[in-house]
Amino acid sequence: MIPRFWRKIKYRYDLNGSYCENCGNYFYPPRNLCPICRRKSKIREVQIDGEGKVLSYTVVHEGKNLKKPYIVALIELKNGVKIVSQLVCDPKDVSIGMKVRRAFRKYGEDGEEGIIYYGTKFVPA
Amino acid sequence: MRRVAIIGIGCSRFGELWNMSFRDIVMEAGIEALEDANLEGKEIEALYIGNMSGGKYIGQEHIAALIADYAGLAEFHIPATRVEAADASGSLALRQAYMAVASGIHDVVIAAGAEKVTDVGDAMTILSSSADQEWENFVGANLPALYALIARLHMEEYGTKEEDMALVSVKNHRNAVHNPKAQFRREISLEDVMKSQYVAEPLKLLDCAPVSDGAAAVVLASEEIARKITDTPVYIDACCQASDYLAIHSRKSVLTMGAVVKAARDAYRLARVEPKDIQVAEVHDSFTIAEILAYEDLGFAEKGKGGELIREGVTEIGGKIPVNTSGGLKACGHAVGATGVRQAVEIVAQLRGEAGKRQVDAEKGLTLNIGGTGATAVVTIFGR
Repeated sequence: MIPRFWRKIKYRYDLNGSYCENCGNYFYPPRNLCPICRRKSKIREVQIDGEGKVLSYTVVHEGKNLKKPYIVALIELKNGVKIVSQLVCDPKDVSIGMKVRRAFRKYGEDGEEGIIYYGTKFVPA
Repeated sequence: MRRVAIIGIGCSRFGELWNMSFRDIVMEAGIEALEDANLEGKEIEALYIGNMSGGKYIGQEHIAALIADYAGLAEFHIPATRVEAADASGSLALRQAYMAVASGIHDVVIAAGAEKVTDVGDAMTILSSSADQEWENFVGANLPALYALIARLHMEEYGTKEEDMALVSVKNHRNAVHNPKAQFRREISLEDVMKSQYVAEPLKLLDCAPVSDGAAAVVLASEEIARKITDTPVYIDACCQASDYLAIHSRKSVLTMGAVVKAARDAYRLARVEPKDIQVAEVHDSFTIAEILAYEDLGFAEKGKGGELIREGVTEIGGKIPVNTSGGLKACGHAVGATGVRQAVEIVAQLRGEAGKRQVDAEKGLTLNIGGTGATAVVTIFGR
C-alpha cells in the first residue's frame, strides 16, 4: 500500500494537475490524456490554483476510517477545475457559494507505526 | 439481428440471508427461472453472470464457471462469463445474453446476477469502491456522500425538498409490501424517513437502499424458439449501455447523468417508443435522489421537475407511470450485481400480468440500472 500512496504525493500535497497546451483546459486529478483532444493532447504538469468556491457540500456522519462528522464539498477552482475534497470548518458555517482556499492537512493513518496520510483539504478563505 | 424474448424468470428472496451461501442463493434463482421456462437445463447454450465483487464479498473469483458447475452444466462445457460494472453488473449480463441471442450465435441463454454481501462486515465500503477510489473515497467521499452532494445541489438549483426525496422511500416501501421476495415488506411514513438519522446530509438512513444478499435469473431465447416454448414471451425491444466520467467532479454537470441520457435516447430510438409510451419502470433508487434524477434523465419529467412528479403521485401504482412496483432497491433490497436482472424479472412479471397485488396495466416497460454514481448506465425496454 505504501507505493500506492507515495507515488501520488505531489498531486495530493501540492494539488498538481494537468494542463493541455492544445485546448487550454486544466484537469485535476492529473490525466495522461486530455479527454477533449485525445490523440492531439499536449499534457503538461501544472500546479492548480488553490482558491475556489463551494458548489455543493455534505456533512458525513457515517463512513470508515475517518473522524466523524466531517464535511465533503464539491469545489470549483478558479481555472474551472472541480474537485471533491474535505472542508475544515464548523458545519454550521458552510454555505453554497462560500469562498475557500486549499490547505495541507492530515487525512488519516495506518495505526501507530503505519504511514500517515496527508493531503489537501480546504478552509474558508 | 433477431428478436429476443425472455421465456423464464427467477428470483431469490432479497435480504440478510444468513442461512444461505452464494451458491444456494444463485441456485434458488436459477432453478426458478428454468422451471418457469419449462426447460430441463441442457438446452442452455451459454451463461452470463453479473457480480460486482465476489473477490471482496466472499473471497471467490471465477464465479461464472462455479455457477455453471453447480447448475449441473459442467458436463456440457458451456461458455460461462462473468461481467462487472459495480451495481450495474446484472444489466451487463442481461445485455451480453441479449446480444448473444440477437446475433444468432446462441439460441437459448441464461443471464443471472448475484451477490452475497452479509459474509463481510462492511458491505457499503466495498460498494463505494464503484466510485473513484483514489480521488473520491480517499477524501471520505463515499457513495452516500457523493449522492448527498448531488441531492444538495438539486435542492439548491430546483427547489427540491428533503420531503420529496423521502416520498420516494415511502412509495417504494408501500409497493414492497406486496412483493414476497422483498427485504422490507412494511410501510413507512414520511415522518419515519424525516426523523431517521443523517448518513450524509441531506440524505438520511431511510433515503439509502440497503446492501442485500440476493440473486435473479432470466432465460432468453430467439423469437422462433420462444414461440414454441411459451404463450407469454416478453420481448426485449432494446438494451442499451453507456458510460461516463468515473468521478463526479469530472462531469460538466452533476445534476444530469450523461450515461443515463445517452442509454435512454438510444433505447427509445431502437424500440421506436417515447418516454410517454412507457407504462411501468424499475429504476435505480440506490439513494432516493437517484430516483428523482432518473425521472428527469429518462424523460418522464423535465430537468428539475422530478420532485414534482413524486409529489403528484404520478409514479405510484395507479399513477400514470408506476415506478419501482417491486419496492425498488430501497425496499425490495439492493443485491448489487443481482439488481439489474431483478429489475428485469419484475418488468416481465408485470407485462405477463403475474405481479399479484402490485399488478399494473402495461404493455411497455423499462429498466434503468446504474453503476456507482452513474459512470455506467443500462436502459432496457421490454414489450409484450
